[in-house]
Amino acid sequence: MAGNPVMGTGDVWLPLLVAAAVTYAARGLGVALGGRLDPNGAVFRWVGCVAYALLAGLVARMIVFPVGPLAAAGLGVRLAATAMALGVFWITGRSVLWGAVAGVAGLILLLWLAPSIV
Amino acid sequence: MSEPSGIARTAVREALGMPGLVLFASYLGFGSLARETGFGLGAGLVSTATGWALPGQMALVELWSIGASLLAVGLAVALTNTRLLPMVVTLLPLLRTGAAGRRAPRWCLYALAHVIAVTTWANAMRRLPDLPPESRLAWFTAYGATLFMVTMAGTAGGFFLAGVVPEPVTLGLVFLNPIYFLMLFAVDLKQRARVLALAFGLVMGPLLHPVAPTYGLLVTGLTAGTLAFVLDFYWSRRGR
Repeated sequence: MAGNPVMGTGDVWLPLLVAAAVTYAARGLGVALGGRLDPNGAVFRWVGCVAYALLAGLVARMIVFPVGPLAAAGLGVRLAATAMALGVFWITGRSVLWGAVAGVAGLILLLWLAPSIV
Repeated sequence: MSEPSGIARTAVREALGMPGLVLFASYLGFGSLARETGFGLGAGLVSTATGWALPGQMALVELWSIGASLLAVGLAVALTNTRLLPMVVTLLPLLRTGAAGRRAPRWCLYALAHVIAVTTWANAMRRLPDLPPESRLAWFTAYGATLFMVTMAGTAGGFFLAGVVPEPVTLGLVFLNPIYFLMLFAVDLKQRARVLALAFGLVMGPLLHPVAPTYGLLVTGLTAGTLAFVLDFYWSRRGR
């Protein structure tokens, strides 16, 4: 957490460069290999599953074991706000925007109304 | 309205509707995360500009903030973003034809591929087939460029907001990151394999975290994802 808030610490740049390279590699290869690949083939279905599982793991981890500032909000608050987001999401016919608004508002309200659980 | 400037204006208007609003909100979350983890504004903006796919960016910031190795970060981002490859492969045939039936130059496709991510891909797959082939490049370029600006503005906005709003609001903004993705997954629950991958990942992620904080995510993705893929394959075989 040390360092300048705007520039951050120096050690972000190398991971950033690697992330940028592997991300563009996926897109560039898509253009280069284009017609020679079957996007509905088994390899890509497996790749999709791995990406989904990894992201689901990341999302669950961010809610259950947040590393950063979210840890300041108790687990109960985080789970309740997640339930509110998903509830509103379903009620509004799967609106990501309203679900997000409900989740954020829910978390803020819970933190304000019941700071003791923080 | 089929001349390029007219179609481009239409694309900008469409981009600034619901897709832009949702992307702006989610990047507000990313900007706040970049501030709260100490990632920084400069790095956050460079990540948005060069990554332009929130899942990989979130994995990058999260893993960096817990001090994961370069290899762990690179592998996690690669595993997350390889899903962009089939998106590019399926969208490109719709973009190949340039103005007046000429084929679009290759460098142009390489540049446009950079703005293929879940939002642009889903909307372009729906929208492009209805447009005359000569208008498609103009539509997609304007659509992608507009959303690119929106994400940059969202990243900067989230970073500055996180510094001035009260603490609970900052936490709310950071909280946008996981819940946005949770809902994005929930929109797309038609494929059994993905439902399984999601369910296994949700359980395995937190379970492995205390044991292996940095590589747990990679193990979760590979194990839970492969298990989902194999089970789905097995069940679809048996169902026939």
